[in-house]
Amino acid sequence: MPLDLVLNVAVSGILTGLVYGLMALGLSVIFGVVRVVNFAHGEMMTVAMYAATILFAALKLDPFLAALPVAAAFFAFGYWLQKTLINPFVTRPMHSQFILLLAIAIILVNGLLMIFGPDARNVQVDYQLESFEIGGILIDKARLYAATAALITATALFTFFRFSLTGKAIRACADNYLGAKVVGLNVKHLYALTFGLGSACVAIAGCALSVVLEVTPQLGPAMTLLAFVIVIIGGMGSMAGALLGGVLIGMSEALAGLFIAPSAKSMFSFGLLILVLLFRPQGLLGTRA
Amino acid sequence: MSRSVAGLLALLALLAALPFFVGPYLLSVLTLVLFLAYTGQAWNVMMGFAGQLSLGHSLYVGVGAYAAGALFFHFGIGPWAGVWLAMLLCVALGLAIGFLAFRFRISGVYFALLTIAFAEFTRVGFDHIGWLGGPAGMFLRVAQRDTWDFANFRGPPLMYYYTMLALAVAAFILCAWLLRSRAGYYWQAIREDEEAAQALGINSFRWKMLAVAVSSAMTSVSGVFFAFYYNNLFPEQIFHISRSIEILIGPIVGGVGTLFGPILGAAMVTLLADGLTDALMALGWDIPGFKRVFYGVVLLIVIIFLPRGIWPALARRLGLHA
Repeated sequence: MPLDLVLNVAVSGILTGLVYGLMALGLSVIFGVVRVVNFAHGEMMTVAMYAATILFAALKLDPFLAALPVAAAFFAFGYWLQKTLINPFVTRPMHSQFILLLAIAIILVNGLLMIFGPDARNVQVDYQLESFEIGGILIDKARLYAATAALITATALFTFFRFSLTGKAIRACADNYLGAKVVGLNVKHLYALTFGLGSACVAIAGCALSVVLEVTPQLGPAMTLLAFVIVIIGGMGSMAGALLGGVLIGMSEALAGLFIAPSAKSMFSFGLLILVLLFRPQGLLGTRA
Repeated sequence: MSRSVAGLLALLALLAALPFFVGPYLLSVLTLVLFLAYTGQAWNVMMGFAGQLSLGHSLYVGVGAYAAGALFFHFGIGPWAGVWLAMLLCVALGLAIGFLAFRFRISGVYFALLTIAFAEFTRVGFDHIGWLGGPAGMFLRVAQRDTWDFANFRGPPLMYYYTMLALAVAAFILCAWLLRSRAGYYWQAIREDEEAAQALGINSFRWKMLAVAVSSAMTSVSGVFFAFYYNNLFPEQIFHISRSIEILIGPIVGGVGTLFGPILGAAMVTLLADGLTDALMALGWDIPGFKRVFYGVVLLIVIIFLPRGIWPALARRLGLHA
């Protein structure tokens, strides 16, 4: 197999993987702080992808610009969701949380199916067919832009958590729930803020992915699983881990599709997941709780 | 207690008589209810009794179905032999997963995701096994549908209904006995507080393994039934995560850890989904997706207002033991 073909596929896998990583970052942040697994994560991303296609069809708005209003709307939705529905479930057993988010996921997927039907939709922008050539490797413009958007968002989020006062307060809640309450932090508000931020991440990831992938309602559950795989491989609650996991999965899926069979590619992701769970359950970059 | 027993016997009599009063469509719905009640009972042994959340029970349905199905398809060996192979494979698989998970101290969310990972891994794997038909599926021969051929498990829908009824009753009795046995009390102790249970000298590893073994063995029988009832097997359908969800929704809605919860939950969820289909057809609102949205909303309402399930709340009203 020619080397440049392998390199091309690997690079495009890495770029797509960064966007997957941003999606998983949302899940990781929510789990790391609120300790609730968002089983509706992929479905939320699918909604964002639909939002990007509609804004494009109606207003000719480029998905990367559409990402801003969509992220704002998702932030509000996530905040509301955590504040009203999920917050009472924070202390309930996991199977209760699972059913709650599963119900939300079912409503989202089938709501999309009701409104838009089962057919695939996409965005057609002129840079989708163009590419840069660097040293013999062709890089899709659309993928490169999507990966850049993912990196910018991830950096912004990282900066927020590391340096801003609110970000520090959220990390305090994650470290010590009781301690955070004792010093007077409004934990409910901070949890809702975290869920909002995680939702905004997934919104931006969805808009970026809409220039790379076609969207159908059925994409949701598959994306939820993908986000789990990435987050566990990278380490639940670790921000850098989510991006690393995304890159690993994006690249291994692309290469498995090239070398073995496209239909077998998710087997590698799940195989990798099983190995990581058994031998390094905290994930590659996670720390053991 | 005697009131509960009387109620159960009345329900059993009703279920036994029901096929004489309903049409073929309703009979198939009732068979599905019993199938989900039985499988939910099996899932409940692991989650409800021992506290180990499995989101990948489709694995055991699928492996059980393919084991007995392949024996019949390739060698003409009927399900009465096949069910033992199915059980053997599923228990071995369950014990392997349980051994890895419990030895490596994987619990909670991680355990649940591990079960999904194994089911999904197997789903994609089966797509690449040509001997079992791969993604194109495996179809079991249906020679006749008129008379009861119990040896090959071929016959009219009534036969499948009564088989499933017998299985559901057997599972109920088995679970009632298990819950009051030494294993049942150990499981509940582990479910409530594993460290405390271990401090009392319970070998939590061994008893959790037993829960997985019992649950996977019971679920493998669902798989065998599935293969011979539907006669077609596709990895995409049988191993899919939506099948695992279908299995666990009944017990959770009905009441996790209760004996009657899986039965009540399976009945409510299935009848709701099917009743809704009919109602919407009659109204002419045949919009794809609408039914599932409604289903999601009902699920949401139940889990918000009755977090412990319907049966515990109902049992209290009726003055019965949950």
